[in-house]
Amino acid sequence: MSGGADGANGAAGDDGRPTLAVWKFASCDGCQLSLLDCEEELLMLAGAVRIAHFTEMSRASTPGPYDVSLVEGSITTEADAERVREVRAMSRRLVTIGACATAGGIQALRNFAGEGEYAGMVYAHPEYIAALETSTPISAHVEVDFELQGCPIDRHQLLEVLTATLAGRRPVIPGHSVCWQCKGRGTVCVLVAKGTACLGPVTRSGCGALCPAVGRGCFGCFGPAETANTASLAAQLRHQGMAPLELSRFFSTFNAAAPAFRDEAVAEGAPVRVALGATRRNRPWGAQ
Amino acid sequence: MGGTVSHGSGSPRTIGVEGLARVEGEGSLRVVIADGTVTDVALDIFEPPRYFEALLVGRHFTEAPDITARICGICPVAYQMSACAAMEDAFGVTVDERVAALRRLLYCGEWIQSHALHVYLLHAPDFLGYDDAVELAEHDRGAIERGLQLKRTGNLIMETVGGRAVHPINVRVGGFYAAPPPSAIANLADPLRRARDAALATVEWVAGFDFPDLVGDYRFVALRDSGRYPIEQGRPASSDGLDVSPGELADLIVEEHVARSTALHARLGGRDPYLTGPLARYALNSAALGRLAGEAATRAGLGEVCSNPFRSIVVRAVELVFACNEALSLVEAYAPPDPPASDVIARPGTGTGATEAPRGLLLQSYEIDGEGIIRHARIVPPTSQNQLTIEADLRRVAQGSLDLSDDELGWRCEQCVRNHDPCISCAAHFLDITVVRA
Repeated sequence: MSGGADGANGAAGDDGRPTLAVWKFASCDGCQLSLLDCEEELLMLAGAVRIAHFTEMSRASTPGPYDVSLVEGSITTEADAERVREVRAMSRRLVTIGACATAGGIQALRNFAGEGEYAGMVYAHPEYIAALETSTPISAHVEVDFELQGCPIDRHQLLEVLTATLAGRRPVIPGHSVCWQCKGRGTVCVLVAKGTACLGPVTRSGCGALCPAVGRGCFGCFGPAETANTASLAAQLRHQGMAPLELSRFFSTFNAAAPAFRDEAVAEGAPVRVALGATRRNRPWGAQ
Repeated sequence: MGGTVSHGSGSPRTIGVEGLARVEGEGSLRVVIADGTVTDVALDIFEPPRYFEALLVGRHFTEAPDITARICGICPVAYQMSACAAMEDAFGVTVDERVAALRRLLYCGEWIQSHALHVYLLHAPDFLGYDDAVELAEHDRGAIERGLQLKRTGNLIMETVGGRAVHPINVRVGGFYAAPPPSAIANLADPLRRARDAALATVEWVAGFDFPDLVGDYRFVALRDSGRYPIEQGRPASSDGLDVSPGELADLIVEEHVARSTALHARLGGRDPYLTGPLARYALNSAALGRLAGEAATRAGLGEVCSNPFRSIVVRAVELVFACNEALSLVEAYAPPDPPASDVIARPGTGTGATEAPRGLLLQSYEIDGEGIIRHARIVPPTSQNQLTIEADLRRVAQGSLDLSDDELGWRCEQCVRNHDPCISCAAHFLDITVVRA
């Protein structure tokens, strides 16, 4: 791999179309699949950009630099920590997609346990496994231009991010909570009306408020909203009879290591055995 | 990545394809050839481990369907259904037949979505000499549009029943959070009729591909479901007479941890490797496909058993016909389950669930305590069961293709792995292919 931030400037493909690369780290492939799930738009997209690297889709790959890199997955090995630095160096814009890439994913539950403990539970020979003690978001390792949350991401939001990025404007992705989308679709509040435990008030919108529409509380796939008052929600849930351990589990799923959710889980008694602090390195949109 | 690379000359000679594309995940693959004989093959899986079996411990049993869905974005329903089946086994819960029918419909959606993805976007380009579906579309846009139409129909079922195509939200132990309204289910009928036509056209299309001659000596393992083609339930069976409960199968599967892989290698009763997936399901259940899919199989030249792994694309296409037709029957017979889920009361115990993921049998076993907390979890995904058989295929294919150029042999080996639609994210993902020639 070659090319640096400077080298990444004139990255347009041979035919003048901007180039797109898709990268995978520790993840389930679901967010990349959301790109392939843009069925109606997929062939149109393939015409508007040159897909220069996307292993799940093609055996062909052209070397960087790339105009846009989409990164799925979290960093869980030294080798991947090195690889994401190379990806950054080759990419003019780097956009992370999904809960793994933006928060560490469900596999960040290891941050609350300790690597040796987990590997020993799954593998007969933990010594064969070379993995870090933590699962960390991409922003803990390199500068990120935009983070798209969701487990999985919403494909309409993904198309907005791609369209905006290619047009050179900042993507319009609301930072408000799931409550807004519930009100928008006219769903009666499951938390207030039925006392169902719901993370909607602190979870970022984007999914379409799917769970309350089937009478289920939001379980936080999209991670923290921009201004998440988790302490207030936790107090309400406690008031409704939720036990601390239950509360701690509630905040500790696919976005367990996202700071707002992590801090609330820890406040409710989740064990913390290794350092969790990851410095986020998002850069302002105008920066090159 | 993806091109064939020569690593120097002399003895032994090494050819490497650094990155097998169009599979779900990261691993590597190596073929060593000395004196005209393939001496070693290895499918190595380097997908970074995510420790699901460990992180499930201490969680509440109701969380298992949503947590295990995150193992794989391509087949989340398979994980949800096996998790539900295991919990219901542990607690002695039997679900209402309407719930079972709705689960089967949701699962048909995942089969259609996953098979359309594999047949059109991942596998077909190999047979036609293209790097990917975009290149294929430049030459035959109609074919790819047909594939995307099928895929969209599968996703539409998953969205209608499950709430979302990737990681559905409406599944719970005991059934569903809410039963979809009849009008929403009825709206699936027209797209499914069109998808069924597209699936029949798919069988005809792939049956005309050129297939390398190869017959595997497979030990097939799949579910059998009292005369129905197996999807969401059944008894594990094998081509050599095995007929056991899912729990008994779990006891028979021995998984080994080897240095070169973060997936565990599975053997049955410590014996030979075995194969799960479309070829196995078809071999053990082709009589249960029904008239439409059965006749399509016959027209495509398939017998009662298909043992050529390259022709698995034809079997997948036949399963697409079956799944579209089955889904249409379920849509036409739909009556909303009321209540949408059975009551589930936790009690201490163990349970096992086995269902047919698009790429093969998926088993989960749990031990639950009196508070409903998971104390032990075991997940046996299809790809770790198939890994040893894929290596055996590679050995046969490489041995029979030594006259090919390095580039062609590398591609043939990649194709050989893709035949089995491995999900390496599941098994623990990127395959680096290396061929060493002495």
